[in-house]
Amino acid sequence: MLGKAGTAGGVSRWRGAVVIPYAWLIAFFLVPFLIVFKISLSETAIAQPPYLPVLDFSAGWDGFKRFLAGLSFENYTALASDRLYLAAYLKSLEVAAFSTLMLLVLGYPFAYAMARAPRRLQAMLVMLVVLPFWTSFLIRVYAWINILQRDGLLNQMLLAFGLVEEPVGWLSTNTAVYIGIVYSYFPFMVLPLYAALEKIEVSLHEAAADLGAPPWKAFWGITVPLSRPGIVAGSLLCFIPIVGEFVIPDLLGGSATLMIGQTLWTEFFANRDWPIASAVAVALLCLLIVPILIYQHQQARAIEQGR
Amino acid sequence: MAERAEPIKPRSGPKRDFAPWADLAALPLVRFEQVTKRFGAISAVDRLSLDIFAGEFFALLGPSGCGKTTLLRLVAGFEAPEEGRILLEGADLARTPPYRRPTNMMFQSYALFPHLTVEQNIAFGLEQERMPKPQVDARVAEMLALVKLEGFSRRKPDQLSGGERQRVALARALAKRPKVLLLDEPMAALDKKLRGETQFELIELQARLGTTFVIVTHDQEEAMVLADRMAVMERGRIVQVGTPAEIYEQPNSRYVADFVGDVNLLEGRLATTGPGESLVHGNGGVALRIAQPVDAAPGALVWVALRPEKVRIGIARPAEAHENALAGTVVDVGYLGNLSVYKVRLDDGALMKASVGNQARAIERAIGWNDRVWLSWPPEAAIVLTR
Repeated sequence: MLGKAGTAGGVSRWRGAVVIPYAWLIAFFLVPFLIVFKISLSETAIAQPPYLPVLDFSAGWDGFKRFLAGLSFENYTALASDRLYLAAYLKSLEVAAFSTLMLLVLGYPFAYAMARAPRRLQAMLVMLVVLPFWTSFLIRVYAWINILQRDGLLNQMLLAFGLVEEPVGWLSTNTAVYIGIVYSYFPFMVLPLYAALEKIEVSLHEAAADLGAPPWKAFWGITVPLSRPGIVAGSLLCFIPIVGEFVIPDLLGGSATLMIGQTLWTEFFANRDWPIASAVAVALLCLLIVPILIYQHQQARAIEQGR
Repeated sequence: MAERAEPIKPRSGPKRDFAPWADLAALPLVRFEQVTKRFGAISAVDRLSLDIFAGEFFALLGPSGCGKTTLLRLVAGFEAPEEGRILLEGADLARTPPYRRPTNMMFQSYALFPHLTVEQNIAFGLEQERMPKPQVDARVAEMLALVKLEGFSRRKPDQLSGGERQRVALARALAKRPKVLLLDEPMAALDKKLRGETQFELIELQARLGTTFVIVTHDQEEAMVLADRMAVMERGRIVQVGTPAEIYEQPNSRYVADFVGDVNLLEGRLATTGPGESLVHGNGGVALRIAQPVDAAPGALVWVALRPEKVRIGIARPAEAHENALAGTVVDVGYLGNLSVYKVRLDDGALMKASVGNQARAIERAIGWNDRVWLSWPPEAAIVLTR
């Protein structure tokens, strides 16, 4: 199809453009990943850099062989055998799954209402959803500390309405982490959902009603399946980064909610154990590859159908 | 509606003597009573009354924005009237939501569900009424046969051509055996040739099923080909209702005469009127004879309406004394293949059209540009319009 559109020169120029994303991915994803992967196969050392072996180019071929011999999967065995890491991974998955579900439940009606709003209002509503991005993410999470602390806004309101007798300790709980995550990731759920819902023609709803489907049946039979690409995209856009989330659980959560991001931070900065930290990161990536592949498959299918 | 599906039998004979609207005792299937629907300050439908009878193929004709689609949507239940009532078999539809109305609509965009196959699209309505699976399958197969789409059942809408999609939309709308099938510009997206074929298939289908069809179109030819009766609409109101022949031969206003087909309108003042003959003084001072009485006082401003194909064109003045004849100069000749259209500038400055069928393979036409010609027509050929 694309070949038909341009002349021979146009096609080769178009092919040249493909290099850009690949070069980007190689420079900023593949190479760093290989470095991290290499570190994960090393062992810690009190040195600069703080791991061994280090590839010594001056030693030539023998140096390279010695370098290879120095690598091992020991860190991964340690990862698998230590319950701490396993618990952190599971906790991260649990938090991510539950938050994504909450985001979906809250975001769907929100996106649906946006898509059904009068056209001239829709642009403004999208604006409002995106507006929080104009403030730094960190500042917004700090603001939540203020809201959730003992004499914070939330407790003041609850006390004023007589809903609680005395201030609730919100901070350093799972609830605070969930509040922070749902708040922060809300736009990432709403926008793909809105994009999918907005594309559904009104006449399809009318056709469903015309054929005898009451509103709730039309919703489950037509709206939900047609918004599936949005549901999948929104869920993965939230789930994947939430698994590796560090700032929110660190600032709002307590010691009970130790997510993998925090574990990684501790290993890296507190223990200065770069190899194990790298192993944690690589394992996390492998864990997340599964949903990313699902997402890619979905995207490919959506593009296929869109043609 | 869930009873065993009867196979569709062809109706005996054409719809020759079909005219329930002429029967004063007949009850309409759909009745509009002084219906008004406004969008903001604009009345899309304005105090409109209309009866549509069971078994009719009824066309709503008018330019875009005249309210014809709104009228259809009012029947389907997508819009609610501000005033007036819409009755189906005598019962007010006001409190019936769209999903409980025994009407089905074929949408202009077809509105096929893109995630469902052809089969699932057609079955969608049947499943809503909890029809058992074997019956659904039988009905879907029957509908696919009806629109000649056997073998397409597993395809998705985006794997179909425009014409095939149109047929699926028709099959889906007919699957529930609606009392009224509403068709919103069903052929707007088809090319001209396919449209012609589809029109005849639709007529045949409607005659076989006996279902009441109400079609909205802005194409006067389509309305005339399809409909038993048609309503010409203008700004939310119906200007005239009648059979295509009535609308064409007896338009009640310049608007209708002009909208339906081609027409010459000659302005003049009514001189005399009687049961058999009326006389109109044209602007150029000529007297035009019309073989019908006119409902206006002498001296009133009237228009003589004359279809181009009823005008004769010749080099010599016609011999018959009672024929109306006007002299002029040919300013344009349009060769359309099956006929030729002559535009003639009359001596009083007015422009008239005459169309002549091309019976012989006349490569060289006898009459050409700038020829002096006579246009003539018998008194029965024209009618007088007062508005």
